[in-house]
Amino acid sequence: MEKPANRARLVKAPEHFISQELIADINTNGLDETRRGFLRKGFMSAVGGAAASLAAPLAFAAGEGDPAILEKQEWQTTLGKNVATMPYGVPSIYEANLIRRESPGLTRVSAASVAFTPLQGLFGTITPNGLHFERHHQGWYNLNPETHRLMVNGLVKNARVFTMNDLMRLPSVSRTHFIECGANTGLEWGNVAVPTVQYTHGMLSCCEFTGVPLKVLLEECGADLKKGKFLLAEGGDGSGMTRTINLESCLDDTIVAWSMNGEMLRPENGFPLRLVVPGVQGVSWVKWLRRLEVGDMPWNAKDEAVHYIELMPDGMHRQYASIQECKSVITTPSGGQQLLDKGFYNVSGMAWSGRGKIKRVDVSFDGGNNWRTARLETPILTKSITRFNIDWVWDGSPAILQSRAVDDTGYIQPSIKVLRDLRGNRSIYHNNAIQSWKLDSNGEVSNVQVG
Amino acid sequence: MFKLVNLIARLSLVSALALTAQLSIAQSTQGTQGSTKFPGIGRNATPAEVIAWDIDVRPDFKGLPKGSGSVEQGQAIWESKCASCHGVFGESNEIFTPIAGGTTADDIKTGRVASLADRKQPQRTTLMKVPTVSTLWDYIYRAMPWNAPRSLTPNDTYALVAFILSLGEIVPDDFVLSDANIAEVQKKMPNRNGMTRNHGFWSVNGKPDVNGSSCMTNCVKFVQIGSTLPDFARNAHGNIAEQNRLYGPYRGSDSTKPPLAKLPGSSGEGLAHAADTHAASTKGPAALFKNENCSACHAPNAKLVGPSIADIAAKYKGQSGAQEKLMAKVKNGGSGVWGAIPMPPQSQLSDEDRATLVRWVLTGQ
Repeated sequence: MEKPANRARLVKAPEHFISQELIADINTNGLDETRRGFLRKGFMSAVGGAAASLAAPLAFAAGEGDPAILEKQEWQTTLGKNVATMPYGVPSIYEANLIRRESPGLTRVSAASVAFTPLQGLFGTITPNGLHFERHHQGWYNLNPETHRLMVNGLVKNARVFTMNDLMRLPSVSRTHFIECGANTGLEWGNVAVPTVQYTHGMLSCCEFTGVPLKVLLEECGADLKKGKFLLAEGGDGSGMTRTINLESCLDDTIVAWSMNGEMLRPENGFPLRLVVPGVQGVSWVKWLRRLEVGDMPWNAKDEAVHYIELMPDGMHRQYASIQECKSVITTPSGGQQLLDKGFYNVSGMAWSGRGKIKRVDVSFDGGNNWRTARLETPILTKSITRFNIDWVWDGSPAILQSRAVDDTGYIQPSIKVLRDLRGNRSIYHNNAIQSWKLDSNGEVSNVQVG
Repeated sequence: MFKLVNLIARLSLVSALALTAQLSIAQSTQGTQGSTKFPGIGRNATPAEVIAWDIDVRPDFKGLPKGSGSVEQGQAIWESKCASCHGVFGESNEIFTPIAGGTTADDIKTGRVASLADRKQPQRTTLMKVPTVSTLWDYIYRAMPWNAPRSLTPNDTYALVAFILSLGEIVPDDFVLSDANIAEVQKKMPNRNGMTRNHGFWSVNGKPDVNGSSCMTNCVKFVQIGSTLPDFARNAHGNIAEQNRLYGPYRGSDSTKPPLAKLPGSSGEGLAHAADTHAASTKGPAALFKNENCSACHAPNAKLVGPSIADIAAKYKGQSGAQEKLMAKVKNGGSGVWGAIPMPPQSQLSDEDRATLVRWVLTGQ
């Protein structure tokens, strides 16, 4: 029994019985039952023996749990970066694999080439600006917006010139639309040619564009829209890209746009000004737009007389094939991807139509024999990408995944066989066939054509 | 005090007058400028401005400037400015599709290029496709040569179009093309009747030519795979593992290796190699070479506009001072070593970048 006098004696507390990490952890995250337990354990060992107290860091034996939980991480225990360290942010370093890519051997010179959007890694409907596909005919430039001009001439009362300052004062609209190159999926007219959805479907992007409606500009210049049924859009780059726009069909929703997803257009997408022609193939969305001419006949420009024409089996070329018809593709899983294990998956993809809204998407897991209707995510906008999702439990057996979109005109996305039976296999353009992805029992997904 | 107030009043009056004057100028300008709905926005184009920009030439030849050029003149321009990309006879398939070939005298009569239907031609050339001679004129004038667009005169353009037409035997070798006779030439274009607009893709309200099936169950008796990517092409687009997210349920396959024998398992076992991969973002001299547009004219192993990197490296192999010599050439431009096409000076490059690029070209390092 202790003597009463000893009760008042001060006993020195054991020092260094908890680790620096635990001190930092408690300072950052406070005390909870687990940390109290650590303290108690540490204190007991400190009292019990000096050697034990020094060697008492926060340590767990293997098998006690997930190291990602049990071990402290650098980002939990050190000071992070300051705000505005990256004043115009960039994606995580762990996202560095999702970038625009060229298809090797597709073209000989990169200034007249294509870089494809990595659809396999995207979510939702909006394409990040840094991943919007690129297609140039003679390279891109950073045009100076201060000296950029837009001229409107032809069948107008007054041929007029607008600066960017002028245009950006006008009443603007902001609308979300997809843009798809007429040659998207064109590599696959004859055979399977490329491995992943980036190369099969990646000349496709979808953004919110802001600009002045074409109609407002044409009315302002006193355009004769009775005689003037056609518009020539001309680019300010070295290729002087020219395309005829069908005013009867496109006047109502065409935009002379300067913004994409809230920022100014990126240089490789036409900064400071491009035409947005919803539903129409991308080549008509003239970049670095500098001139609009109203006329009474189509121009038959190089890219509407030599390219962007579809060769039919009888040797005739379909000219001015402009509208991108209803189409869809499953993006996850897709070609070149690898499923880890059997079990539940969310299968997801994109659907779009140049003629209106997506009404329904069906998905097949057995090569088109049986179909289930997918969930459509909102918003469902006209001439825009709609995201679809469907639940799936994979039992580990081989499968062929397909999606089939229907738009609000009642048009149903066709199979490649239906398209080839009518148009042959030398078209290049406007291949909107159902895409098939084969899943092997080892989890690997590959690009195949069925039928 | 009174004086001051008076002064302020007078000043206000002056500025009010000035403002009125400005307004009346603006209004009168607006009157002549034709803008009613959005005052102060835009201005009328001057006639000279419209002439400078309105260079398009339509199939009815509206917009075509006066002028002329002979096949012979065209050949001379072609050989110095066009042949390096398009071949001496417009037959080259090296950089762009061939210009000439695949048309016959019979096609000129019918206006339909027969080889478009019979598949005997491996490539569709420009002359096989183009229905209107105006298209050739317009595009050459607005966008050629490839690396120096807008450098041709109207007469140069007439001459070049004449030369191309002679390659297709649409005009004789002694022909002189001009604004006066171009409409006659149009009547001989081999594929002038080869285009149709009889399809539903021109208008958003057009009628589609095909439609899919709405079948939901038991739709096909037998699912047959008609086409797959051959094994040798597995890695033709680079390592797919490096083109996908390194985490999440859908990873990229390592296409540098044969397919896995079994499922990787929930831990991703067997895909460890994929986790080691990093962005294939190209850095160093190869990226510099592309980003500085050197690749517009030079390829690693093939002759484009300029010599291939391999050829340059071979030529200067073992030469002392090659690095300095080539650095000077890159800076100041050069000509005559590899043919008639001059290399433009690359003054935008820093000395450091120039040194890096030349070292890379010469040594691959």
